[in-house]
Amino acid sequence: MTPAAQDLPASTSSEPVARIQSVSRLFGDFAALRNVTLDLEPGKCYVLLGENGAGKSTLLRILAGLLLPSHGAITLFGNSTPTESRARIGYMSHAPMLYDELTALENLRYFRSLYSGQPTLAPEEALAQVGLDPALSRSLGQYSQGMRQRASLARVLLSQPELLLLDEPFSNMDVESAHQMVSLLARFRAGRRTRDPRRTIVLTTHQRSLATPIADCVLTLKAGRLVAREEGTLS
Amino acid sequence: MMKKLFLLTGIAAIALLMSWGFYQAMYAAPADAAQGDIGRIFYYHVPHGMLCYLFFTINFVASLLVLGWQRTNPARALAADAWALAGAEVGVVFCSVVLVTGPIWGRPVWGIWWTWDPRLTTTLVLWLIYVSYLLVRRFTSGSQVTTLAAVLSIFGALDMPVNYLANRLWRTQHPSPVFGGDPDAGLKDPAMLHAFGWNLLAWAVWGLAVLSFRVYIERRQQKIQHNAALAALNAD
Amino acid sequence: MNATPTIRPGWFALVWTHLRKDLRIEGRSRESINSMLFFALLVVVLFSMAFDPTAAASRQIAAGVLCVATLFASVSALNQAWAREIRHQVLDALRMTPSDAAALFFAKALANFFFVSLVQLVLGPVFFIFYNLHPLGDTWQLALVIPLGTWALVANGTFFAALSIRSRNREMLLPLILFPIFLPALLAMVLGVKTILTGDGSDPQLLWLKLLAGYDILFMTASLLLFETVLQAE
Repeated sequence: MTPAAQDLPASTSSEPVARIQSVSRLFGDFAALRNVTLDLEPGKCYVLLGENGAGKSTLLRILAGLLLPSHGAITLFGNSTPTESRARIGYMSHAPMLYDELTALENLRYFRSLYSGQPTLAPEEALAQVGLDPALSRSLGQYSQGMRQRASLARVLLSQPELLLLDEPFSNMDVESAHQMVSLLARFRAGRRTRDPRRTIVLTTHQRSLATPIADCVLTLKAGRLVAREEGTLS
Repeated sequence: MMKKLFLLTGIAAIALLMSWGFYQAMYAAPADAAQGDIGRIFYYHVPHGMLCYLFFTINFVASLLVLGWQRTNPARALAADAWALAGAEVGVVFCSVVLVTGPIWGRPVWGIWWTWDPRLTTTLVLWLIYVSYLLVRRFTSGSQVTTLAAVLSIFGALDMPVNYLANRLWRTQHPSPVFGGDPDAGLKDPAMLHAFGWNLLAWAVWGLAVLSFRVYIERRQQKIQHNAALAALNAD
Repeated sequence: MNATPTIRPGWFALVWTHLRKDLRIEGRSRESINSMLFFALLVVVLFSMAFDPTAAASRQIAAGVLCVATLFASVSALNQAWAREIRHQVLDALRMTPSDAAALFFAKALANFFFVSLVQLVLGPVFFIFYNLHPLGDTWQLALVIPLGTWALVANGTFFAALSIRSRNREMLLPLILFPIFLPALLAMVLGVKTILTGDGSDPQLLWLKLLAGYDILFMTASLLLFETVLQAE
């Protein structure tokens, strides 16, 4: 990864962050994704809608480089080997992806040391951003669902990813927390400094209304196919 | 039509070769001076022992190719995987023959069916490793089975030199190697050498034919799965 | 294929990061050590009832019992080696990081080695009492043979546990893969320990010890090289 690329203002790079070209993914003979073609432009927020089993999570995992497409090609940051760009991507699944036995701060410190060689947030700052108290001494297993979700988001923010993939980020949150999260995401996308690149977000949700304030593009998946695409802010 | 004729000729040739081998082992070669007729089992036991190493080597090389090609050329990696699977299956069959014919010979000559002698133990371990390899292939589903099986195959192949060493460290009861052993042992009678050579050739050709057939079936299976996948993609 | 681990100066720091995390988690839950300890104790008691050991006979079989007790106890823990990583998809988060996979494996193997060695330290004296043992050979050699054999078991077990993560009936699969491949090391370990306990001087050149060391080096290298491939397989 090139440090120089981070200093470039987003407006000059029209290159898509991710390019998905007729991607299909099969599990045995179940087709989770069928022939999906999509370009993700930098700085935009994409919202994926669809019923359970429509292929939303599969698409996110393919974007994260955790799953390879059965057919088709995917290019992330101009690199056709998805696994090599994973450090620039933040992926949050519906599971916390953190150790139950450690506190949130211990978890984050651990993950930060695995991102050596690239700029990261301080663990305390990442926790403060999602509204968790870094001094909390309880281990993660004793957190409520919503708090775990926040800790999980803090882990993703830690590595300052250029592409943020969120699977059902509002699922266990009350409306108040969800709104907080949306405004947090909006701030994240804008970047902390003006010359920071604008970051790209893809999130899946059932609650369309929650995501509308920041959505630039709403995509609907049905039985593995991309069936609808609505551009523009929907507020 | 030509293909069928070719296939029939091939089968006939193999059958002929094997009957010739059988004739050589049972009638042409003289009975062993010390062991009598039971010594003739040697013409089956030793070639199978030698050939099972050949098939396990095929499995190993194919597995290396799977790992080398899995990212750059998945289609070729899949073909190599068919060879790896077939190599392990045929190898296990040949190794089983070794393990069955050994005790049949051991009972009258040694007076016992089995002894925990290093040569016997290591052969049994080899058999166990490749049976577990085949079990893993059965228990693991999805596209990752190819990669995981290839990795396991490399570990299995690594065990062979260790086994070989354990074999040398331990005093053995098993007869010394036919070839490359000490000068007093091995085959002296040309008729015996003759019978041994024919049987080795016949079983090698037979094994390779079964291997090719198995690869052919596996490739067909892969094609069917590929087509089923395409059909699933296009269905609504 | 990006399976070649690069041993950079920071590599051991990375191993230490993983190891400290594993030790901290085990220190809080103590799940694997407690269950291993009790299980190994049970195996030793079961064997002593099954064989009714007298002093002379027990010296012959004790080596095997000790090694097999370790083996069985370790498998129950090794099966859980990656359980915490799988439970909340932590493994996916780890796969996303740019850190070297071989370090993750090495640290996990070290942690398991530490736990199993602890169990052996507790179990050892109990074992010598139950079987009325006092070694006739060079006792100090036990301090080499047992750790080398344990490392062979634990390193391979950690590797194969990762390999069987994605299979159905994973818990059944691990012993099926591990035992055959571990057999040469088990053989060397049992015979090495037996030589020491009986003091029969049958192995003056320490061949079993050398075989174990060779086995460890060979399989360790292969595991480090191939772990990335196993972790990223999907």
